[in-house]
Amino acid sequence: MSLLTLRDLDVTLGNRRVLNGISLTVRPGECIGLIGPNGAGKTTLMRAALGLLAGTCTGSSTLAALSPARRARAAAWMPQAREIAWPVTVETLVALGRIPHLPRGTTLRPQDQSAVDDAIARMGLDPLRNRIATRLSGGEQARVLIARTLAQETPLLLADEPIAGLDPAHQIATMQVFAGLARSGHAVLVSLHDLGLAARHCTRLLMLHDGKLVADGPPGDVLTPQNMAQVFGISAFYRDTDAGPVFQPMEVLK
Amino acid sequence: MLVLTGMAVAAVVAAAGPAPVPPVLPPVRVVSINLCTDQLALGLAAPGQLISVSRLAHDPDSSAMADAARHLPTNGSGAEEVYLLAPDLVLAGTYTSPDTVQMLRNLGIPVEIFAPAQSLQDIPALLARMGAVLGREPAALAQISAFRAALAQLDDAPANRPRAALYYVNSYTSGDRTLAGDILSTAGFANVATEIGLHRGATLALEQLVMLQPDVIITGRDYPGQARAEDNLNHPALRALPGTRLAGTLTDRDWICGTPKVLNAVRIMRALRLSVEVTQ
Amino acid sequence: MRLAGGLIVLVAGLFILSLLSGYSSAGAFDSLTALVRDDASPLSVVMREIRLPRALLAVMIGASLGLSGAAMQGYLRNPLAEPGLIGISGAAGLGAVLAIQSGLVLIFPLALPLAALGMAVLAVLLILALAGRRGTSITLILAGIAISALAGALTSLVLNLSPNPFAAADIIFWMMGSLADRSFAHVWLALPFMVLGWGMLISLGRGLDALTLGEDAAEAMGLRLSRLRLMLILGVAACVGAATAVAGAIGFVGLVVPHLLRGMVGARASALLWASALGGAAMVLAADIAVRELLPARDLKLGVLMALVGAPLFLHLIYRTRKEMA
Repeated sequence: MSLLTLRDLDVTLGNRRVLNGISLTVRPGECIGLIGPNGAGKTTLMRAALGLLAGTCTGSSTLAALSPARRARAAAWMPQAREIAWPVTVETLVALGRIPHLPRGTTLRPQDQSAVDDAIARMGLDPLRNRIATRLSGGEQARVLIARTLAQETPLLLADEPIAGLDPAHQIATMQVFAGLARSGHAVLVSLHDLGLAARHCTRLLMLHDGKLVADGPPGDVLTPQNMAQVFGISAFYRDTDAGPVFQPMEVLK
Repeated sequence: MLVLTGMAVAAVVAAAGPAPVPPVLPPVRVVSINLCTDQLALGLAAPGQLISVSRLAHDPDSSAMADAARHLPTNGSGAEEVYLLAPDLVLAGTYTSPDTVQMLRNLGIPVEIFAPAQSLQDIPALLARMGAVLGREPAALAQISAFRAALAQLDDAPANRPRAALYYVNSYTSGDRTLAGDILSTAGFANVATEIGLHRGATLALEQLVMLQPDVIITGRDYPGQARAEDNLNHPALRALPGTRLAGTLTDRDWICGTPKVLNAVRIMRALRLSVEVTQ
Repeated sequence: MRLAGGLIVLVAGLFILSLLSGYSSAGAFDSLTALVRDDASPLSVVMREIRLPRALLAVMIGASLGLSGAAMQGYLRNPLAEPGLIGISGAAGLGAVLAIQSGLVLIFPLALPLAALGMAVLAVLLILALAGRRGTSITLILAGIAISALAGALTSLVLNLSPNPFAAADIIFWMMGSLADRSFAHVWLALPFMVLGWGMLISLGRGLDALTLGEDAAEAMGLRLSRLRLMLILGVAACVGAATAVAGAIGFVGLVVPHLLRGMVGARASALLWASALGGAAMVLAADIAVRELLPARDLKLGVLMALVGAPLFLHLIYRTRKEMA
């Protein structure tokens, strides 16, 4: 069973080929880290997979082929831009994630409320539940927005740099939430720059370089010295330890 | 070229300097820049004495003497345009732009200002004054006596007057101390505006008008083109009162200016009053 | 729901107060009896033909403007987006003036709201094109100034060119708006378009909620953005076009009302829609009562009162969003 399959996905924005022949499959139980340098095409890959770039891409995505309503129940999306337009409470904001499930013209049903409560609890937001979301710190806002995608209760979750700007404890906690989701049968596709966290919490890494998928596999197979040198231009320390894999970028290669 | 001519005239005027005594000779190049002075002057001026009238004088809807004015060129009532006509007398109304009047006077042109008539009784005085400034006193006297005689014949108001409202565009009305109000009262109507203390021109809210329940509502005329300000004349409430008759659009040209032509308005209103009395 | 009940009671109370505001000194009981009983008495004519359509139009126009403001703000995610300020009302007024001055309304009365709607559509399209994906305050205000100025100038031009001596005096009506002496003819002219517009805008609630998170997130939550945009354009144009066609441009309703109510509905865009419709009705009813009670003989324009209330708030909002504008 696959939650998302991309076949020969090409995206051209303007005159620039941003993605080139991407093919991959996401299955339940996977927590996938999407890594690559700035401009490699991570955001574009996720948006194209969701069908948000209609008209600029060729190839196929199983998500993009769905109707918008069905897609919204198949995959949740947390964009990189952390936009909260109005001063709503944390709980109200998280409840927006239930929109795809609500029949027309109804308010939150008991099962929706429990999904919201569950998402708030998972992200440790109970103390902030009644606070105004726009008045929270940037990191707190990010956690609230992650909770919103959790409340959507979709089999697949796509998040664009969700842990950027979070303190170390919340970065780790958030990655543990994603890993936990994957273990419970969901799948998560998350882009991130912290390769150490990616190595520790992801079951699989996708490495993008200049719009091409250059590596796909378990962290140990992807974070090789050659890949680090070719794609990121750095050297790195990587060791499987008793306490799990440890990855540390070391030097910029010149 | 026009500018040069103007400057030449200015030079002549300046060279003439302040006149030591007012000229006794009647003016020979008279320009009128107001609809009402247009009509007073048209009725009294000697042939050729009046050389230009205001633009409205040619409009048959506004001017009772449009035909008589037809042979005269019109002006736009601006100081520059009037000055270039080299008049020796300009006739203006109270509501002519004071800047225009001041400009013309500064340029050495005498300007006579006529106040609008507030009642029929003002008309003989206006005729007399126009006769005086044009040097046409005998003609004025003749018109005054003819006017008084005609008016006396029309003055037969009944003891029990029908109640009428004047109702114009933008819900405007005229009370008893206006020319239109005096025309109405001379024709034998009681003006409902006075019942609520409106004596001059004022706004009469549609609601007030309906509550007054007049026997006749005399509406302002329909102007060419469209204006939202005229909507009040078509309001369904005006037709919803069973005892009220919507009558006779009053023709502006006979009502606005204090000239002997107002007798037409009195005649038409008197005929309306007689017909109302018959149906009552 | 408490808020909904409160607003409905407020609107109903102001509606009755509006029916009782005017020149007649008749008592409240007599007036309301005369409203129900059609006995062709002057009071009955006043109540049925003059005050009832006026109060109904105040409700309809207020609801339309409040709703349009809330919908525009929800879509552009900017509290300054208001149909009057961004030139939609001005453009609708131009459409209405063109329909009247061309004589088209004499042959085809529906031309009045239709022309207003048409010009309003143009203005909304222009605003959306200029404002881009998310309307920043600076573009909205600048675009609004430009569109308002152009529409106002063309309106004045058309009215100045009219052969009717009173057309020029109409300029103040189209710029400031008034409900004086409107009749049931105007109610029936505007109502179908407004009902259509209300339906379209109210249906946007869920989409506007989703847009709280930005366009990308909203689309991923199943929102059809292009459909929402189309409904918004047509709905706002129908509401503002019909309102302006019969009452002139009444500004600031769509700014003040959503601003006052946003906190009470927890800033949820969907709840703000119906709340602003009710609040707008209450606001225009109140303003229309005030213009009659404050200066009964002067035909004070509604827009004057609304601007006195709205402009200081507008300045306050600009002050608050100045960081974004810098």
